[in-house]
Amino acid sequence: MLLITCPWCGPRDETEYHYGGQAHVPYPENPAGLTDEEWAAYVFYRDNPKGEFAERWMHGTGCRRWFNVLRDTATHEVLASYRPDEPRPGGTR
Amino acid sequence: MTERPPPEHPDFLWRNPEPRSSYDVVIVGGGGHGLATAYYLARNHGITDVAVLEKGWLAGGNMARNTTIIRSNYLWDESAALYEHALKLWERLPEELDYDFLFSQRGVLNLAHTLQDVREGVRRASANRLNGVDAEWLEPDQVAEVCPILDVSPRTRHPVLGATYQPRAGIAKHDHVAWALARAADALGVDLIQGCEVTGFLKDGDRVVGVETDRGRIHAGRVGLAAAGHSSVLAARAGVRLPVQSHPLQALVSELHEPVHPTVVMSNHVHVYVSQAHKGELVMGAGVDSYNGYGQRGSFHVIERQMAAAVELFPVFARAHVLRTWGGIVDVTPDASPIIGRTPVTDLYVNCGWGTGGFKATPAAGWTFAHTLATGEQHPLSAPFALERFTTGALIDEHGAAAVAH
Repeated sequence: MLLITCPWCGPRDETEYHYGGQAHVPYPENPAGLTDEEWAAYVFYRDNPKGEFAERWMHGTGCRRWFNVLRDTATHEVLASYRPDEPRPGGTR
Repeated sequence: MTERPPPEHPDFLWRNPEPRSSYDVVIVGGGGHGLATAYYLARNHGITDVAVLEKGWLAGGNMARNTTIIRSNYLWDESAALYEHALKLWERLPEELDYDFLFSQRGVLNLAHTLQDVREGVRRASANRLNGVDAEWLEPDQVAEVCPILDVSPRTRHPVLGATYQPRAGIAKHDHVAWALARAADALGVDLIQGCEVTGFLKDGDRVVGVETDRGRIHAGRVGLAAAGHSSVLAARAGVRLPVQSHPLQALVSELHEPVHPTVVMSNHVHVYVSQAHKGELVMGAGVDSYNGYGQRGSFHVIERQMAAAVELFPVFARAHVLRTWGGIVDVTPDASPIIGRTPVTDLYVNCGWGTGGFKATPAAGWTFAHTLATGEQHPLSAPFALERFTTGALIDEHGAAAVAH
C-alpha cells in the first residue's frame, strides 16, 4: 500500500486515489499538423522507466483534484508530490 | 489433480556453457518465451547457433509467477488464430518434448455478472466458434454442473448470470514447461546462459550487431528481445521506445487441499481467477496494480479485494488460508495485445506486451518469433501484432478477453 501526500489534503492511503499515468505530457500545440507517427507517440507512447517517474494521481475520495507525484518505480517509494502548476522537483527530465 | 505425482527429475537438464563471442541469433530473456523461441529456431528452422541470455536463472521471472492458465477464447480473429495455434501446440508438446508437464485440459469458465458481461460473453463464444475455437455459452445451472462449488444462487453480491466455457482450456506445471523446453533446446545445440545481463547493444550505424553483457561482448547476426516486464528498459538501451507500461500483477496460493475445484474459473468483473494445482493448492490471480512498478510486488488492498471476490464466488474457500502471495512485472500495451516483430533498429526484434496473458501463448510466441528471427519477416499469425499497428490504428482490442483489468 502506498502512502501518498495530496498537496491539499495531506497524507492518505493509496486506495483514496486514482492513477493517471505519466505526468507532463502536453497536448500537441498544432494537432492538425501532426503526422500519424506523431499522433501515435502522443496517444500510445509513454515513458516506462525503472526508477524515478513523474506521474499523475487524482484524490478520488478527497478533494477530487489532480496532482503529480515523483515515485521510484523500482522501490515504489514516493519521493515527492506537487501541484500541477509546480515544476517537477529536481528539474524536468 | 492429485491422481499422479509429478515425474522425478534427472540432475541436469541442460549444460551451463560459457558465452561464446558470437552467435547467429541472441535471444535476451530466458523465460518461457525465450526458451520456446530458441527451441523452435532449432527445430523449425535448423538454426542452432543460438544463445539465450538470462540475467537471473532460467524461467525465474513471470514464468515462475503466473497462474498457468491456458486457453484460446479471445474475441478477435487475429488473437483467436494466435492463441488457438498455441493451444494446438500445447496439445502435442508433452509428447514432442518427451516430458509430462502435467498439461490438464480441465476447461475454463469466464463468468458473467452483469447484463453487459452476458452480452459480451455470448458474442465472444459465438466469435470463437466461427474461428474454430471450442466455446459455448452456459446458463447458471449448467455452470453449476461444470463447477459445483461455485455459488450460482441469485442473491449473491456478484450473481453468476452465465459463463463462457472452453473445454480444451486448462493448466500446466509452469516450471516443468520451462525445463522441458530448455532441455530440448539445449539438446539441439542452443547455449542457455544464466547469470548474464545485457547492459547495452553493439550497433553498426542503424543495425544491431551484438550485445554488451556483464560477462563480455557477444556478437550476433540478429537479436530478439523476450524480456517481458523489462522490455522497455532493455529497448531503451538500444534507443527504441515501446508503447508498453510495466505494472505489478499479483497472485497467491492457499495451503494444500483435497481436490475440490474441477476446472478453471475466471471473473473479469471482480478480478479473480482460480484453479487448483495438481498438488492441491488453490491458485488465484488478481487484477494488475494501477501504477507502474518494477518491484515484483503490489499493494495489499488488491489482494484483499481479490480474496473478497473469491470467497463470495466460492463459499467453500472461506476457511482456506493464504500460504504465500507474490507479484510479477507485466508489460501492458494500450490494446491488451502483444507486440511481435521488427523494431526501428535493423536486426533487432521484439516479443513483448503480453501483459497478463503470456504463459498460455508460450508455444505460439516462440513459433512466430522464431520465424521472424530466422527469416527477418513476420509470421502470418504475428503480422497483425507488429509495432506498426499503433501508427496505422489497426489495434486489436482484447481488454474483454484478457480477463484481467488493465
